[in-house]
Formats: sequence, C-alpha cells, structure tokens
Amino acid sequence: MHITKDLVAASATPLVLGILADGESYGYAILKQVNDLSGGQLEWTDGLLYPLLHRLERLGHVESAWDTPPGGRRRKYYRITDQGRVELAEQRRQWATVVDALRGIWSTTQSIRPIAAPAWEAGR
Amino acid sequence: MTVDRDRDRDHDLEGQIAEWRAYMHRRRELHHTDAEELEDHLRSRISELTEGGLRDDEAFLIAVKRMGSLDELSREFAREHSERLWKQLVLPAEPDAPTAARSRRELPVMVLCAAVAALAIKVPGWFGLDLSGEDDAGFYARNISLFALPALAAYFAWQRRVGLRVIAVLASLFVLGAVAANVYPLADDSQSIVLAAIHLPIALWLVVGVAYVGGDWRSDRRRMDFIRFTGEWLIYFALLGLGGGVLTVFTAGTFKAIGLDAGEFIGSWLLPCGAMAAVIVSAWLVEAKQSVIENMAPVLTRVFTPLFAATLLAFLVAVIWTNNGIDVERDVLILFDLLLVIVLGLLLYAISARDLTARPGLFDRLQLALVVSALIIDVLVLVAITGRITEWGFSPNKTAALGENLILLTNLAWSAWLFLGFIRGRMPFASLERWQTRYLTVYAVWAWAVVLAFPLVFDFA
Repeated sequence: MHITKDLVAASATPLVLGILADGESYGYAILKQVNDLSGGQLEWTDGLLYPLLHRLERLGHVESAWDTPPGGRRRKYYRITDQGRVELAEQRRQWATVVDALRGIWSTTQSIRPIAAPAWEAGR
Repeated sequence: MTVDRDRDRDHDLEGQIAEWRAYMHRRRELHHTDAEELEDHLRSRISELTEGGLRDDEAFLIAVKRMGSLDELSREFAREHSERLWKQLVLPAEPDAPTAARSRRELPVMVLCAAVAALAIKVPGWFGLDLSGEDDAGFYARNISLFALPALAAYFAWQRRVGLRVIAVLASLFVLGAVAANVYPLADDSQSIVLAAIHLPIALWLVVGVAYVGGDWRSDRRRMDFIRFTGEWLIYFALLGLGGGVLTVFTAGTFKAIGLDAGEFIGSWLLPCGAMAAVIVSAWLVEAKQSVIENMAPVLTRVFTPLFAATLLAFLVAVIWTNNGIDVERDVLILFDLLLVIVLGLLLYAISARDLTARPGLFDRLQLALVVSALIIDVLVLVAITGRITEWGFSPNKTAALGENLILLTNLAWSAWLFLGFIRGRMPFASLERWQTRYLTVYAVWAWAVVLAFPLVFDFA
C-alpha cells in the first residue's frame, strides 16, 4: 500500500512529537520507530526527517543537543519541550476529530472497500 | 586473508562515505552539522543493512537512495533555513565544529588583545605624556604602531600556536622598533620623525605578517594569504572607522543636548582606544569571516582596475596631446608614489583572487594596460625630477620618496614583463604571484632601513 505524500506530511509532526514524548531520541531511531509502529507501511524519505526536526526545533517544540554515547558516534539528540507537549495534545485533538469523522463515513458507506488500488493510483 | 579483505572493504566504504560527505559539503544550504547528522543516519542505515546480510557497497547504495535525492534534501533544508542563503555576518555559527573548544576561546582572547591594545595607548598618559597636547604629539606619532600591533601579533601567535623561536623573533623585532622610534634624538619638526612615523607601522605590519603566517615566512602561499589578509583588513578597518565616526557624532550630539561636553571623553578615550581596538577587531573579523562572506578586495579591484586604467591612459594622451611637461613640485613625487601603490594594490588583489590555472582574458589585458601606463607616467616623472634633484640636494624626505618610487617601479616593471609572458602563454601565472610574494622582503628591508638608518645617515635632520 502506498500512502500519499500529503498524508505522510500531515502525520509526520504528531508522529515525531509523540515518539519524543516517550523520551529523547535521534533521527535514525525515530525513523525506525515510525517504521515499526506502522508495520512498515509508512515510508519516509530518510533525509527529509531532518528538515522537519529542525523546523520543530525552530518553533520551540523540541530542543536538541549533541552527545556521544559510550562506545558510539557523536549524535544529535532531540527532546520534546513543554510547548511541544501542548502542541502534541492539540494535534491529537485534531486527529481524533478527523478519525472520528472518517469512522462515521466508513460505517455509513459500506460500499467502500480497499480491495484494489484505483488505476490512477497504481502508477505512483 | 579474510581479515585483509574485510579491511579492504572497510576502506572502500569509508572512501565512499567520504565522497558522499564531500558532496554534501558543496551544498550551501547544508551546514557542516547537518551533514554530520545525516552522515550518522547514513552509517546507522548501512550497519543495519549489513547486519541483515548485504555487502557494504550494496548497503551504501541503498542507504544513499533512501536518504532521498540531494536536490530535494537541499530544497527542504533551504526552505527551513532560508537565512543560510544570506551569508551570515555575526559569529561563526558552527559551535559544534571539532575545534569548538579553541574557537570558543577565540572571542575572549580577541577581546583581551583588543583591550590590551586600547589600554596601551593610555599608558604613556600615566607618565605625563598628554595624548591631546601639542607637546607630546611627536611621541605619539612615532609610537602609534607600537600600541596595537604587538597585541595583534600576540593574538596571531596564540592562534597559530607558534613556537618559542618565532615568539623570540617577534618580540625582539618589536623591541627593536620601540628602540629605533625613541632612542634617536630627533626634533619634533624634523623630517626623520615623520618618516619614522610612516615607515615604522609598515615595518611592524610585516612583523605581524610573520605571526600571521605562523612563523612559516618562507612559504609563498602563506605570504599570499597575508597579502589577502592585509587588503581585507584595510576594508574592515575602514568600515569600523565609519561606524566609529557615526558613534562619535551621536555621542557628542546627545550629550550636548543635555548640556554636557563629551569632547574631552571623545578625544582622549573614544577615538584613540576605539582606533587601537579596531585594529584587532578587524583582524579577527577577517579571520572569522574568511570563508563566510565574499572577499571584498578582489571585488573592488574588478571595479576599479578599468577605471584607473582609463584615467591613466587619458592622462598619458593628455600629456602627449598638449605637450605639457609635468610640473615637478615638491609633493609631486609623493603623489606618484601613491599612484604606484594604488596600481600595485590593484595588481596584488587581482592576483590574490585569481584562479592560477585560468587562461588569460580581457581583464588581464586591462591589468597589463594599467600597469604599463602607470610605468610610463612614472618614468616621465622620474626623468623630470632627476634634472632638479641636484638643485634640491638629498634631504631625508626626498631620498625616501625617490627610493620608494624606484622600489615600486622595479616591482611593476618586472610584473609587467611577467604579465606579458603570461598573456602570450609563455609563463605560468604562478611566477607572477611568486614574484610579488618574494618582493615583500624588499618592502621590509626598505622600511627598516628608513627607520633605523636614515636618522644616522642624515644626521637626525
């Protein structure tokens, strides 16, 4: 299954903030976790995670520090800020609303079944 | 056997990663730290893939592919960090660089050196030598370079971590300069004192050059760096001077508005201390901004070379057309010395920024035209002057002016010859560069000779 670019982009911020809410982490580990959580369905272009992290840092939702773990490489670790937690709660409310609304749709229109990708989707 | 192969493979992988890193560094949108962060990611991905059974090169390819196209990546980074496309002017914005500890100390050390320079000019005041008074003007004129330049040399000595031997050379040259400036019994209105006031800064600036090149004064490349540094330093110094002028005007104006006269403070603190500190701060700015902003000297050179060439050619045409001889007055020699200095400066900064392997172009021909017309004009002046030199006799001023004229003439004449060879494709450009960097020695010898020997030769006139 291919998840469209827009959807990936929209869900990226709450995913990253949610992962960081569990504790500080670094780029590669965040990406792994997104991969695990989505069962490998949600695929990001690796590099694009970093501009996102930098944007969140600029907005003050996360903060970063370089650190060298014992026996490891120097790495940039990200940590969520209080402001980031507020943002995460807000995003969560928004997503809950969207998901609720969608759930309403799915239950009323039984005819929609994700059987085969439409032709215009297949080539992407 | 297998160990060897493993090592080979590791070597390959490191080489590939290094290449990738170099590729990243070429992108202006990506800072050094971003590249480092991405490299960490790349390595994590590669080790995961190799643990899964892939070979190093396969893992590398997949990891790079998954990183996304560099164009897309740069675009995203540029969108997020648009300020980077504007060259940053404030402080080195990369505290995470490997030499962080030292560059963090750079600023305090620079401030310390600037403070030392600023206070040094106040020290003679404690011994009753009045900075603003008429009586001691001669003392300050002779010693002006001895306040800031030792601090500047010390800053570079610290920054370049020069050895004890070089420090000893630097210290003894500064002591020599101080002795030469103060030991000779020169009257305040003598010509020699003016000459010392002009030439000691030049001599000591070249001593600073020794510190700048970290004691490696035999290296042509390092000397060229010092020439570049000198030009950029002048520009920064002028800019700081402009800012200082605005500050002075506002200080005077605002205090005047409340009925206080700040003139005393400005004259004895703000201007002298500010100027001395600016010497150090400009040097630090040049170093800190070396790679960050475009070098200004070559840009100005590009703009003014054609203009000066046109002016000099017009002057030559006017001389021939009107058949007017050059009116040889006392100051004319100095004027033409300065003209040669400017032409030499234009030549030097054109050289300093030139790609040594590039083929000669239109600009080089313009440069040659500039040098040749300056030479012809100078020869005309010299011919006009030699007739009258016997009439004047040799005073220190005239000897110095004539000597400088000959030194610059020699430099430019040989430069023109080398330039011609280059334009005809017979000589590599590097030979011109080498000639200019070697010639620095001549300036040093001459400046020291004027400071040390002229008072003796001319009997302290």
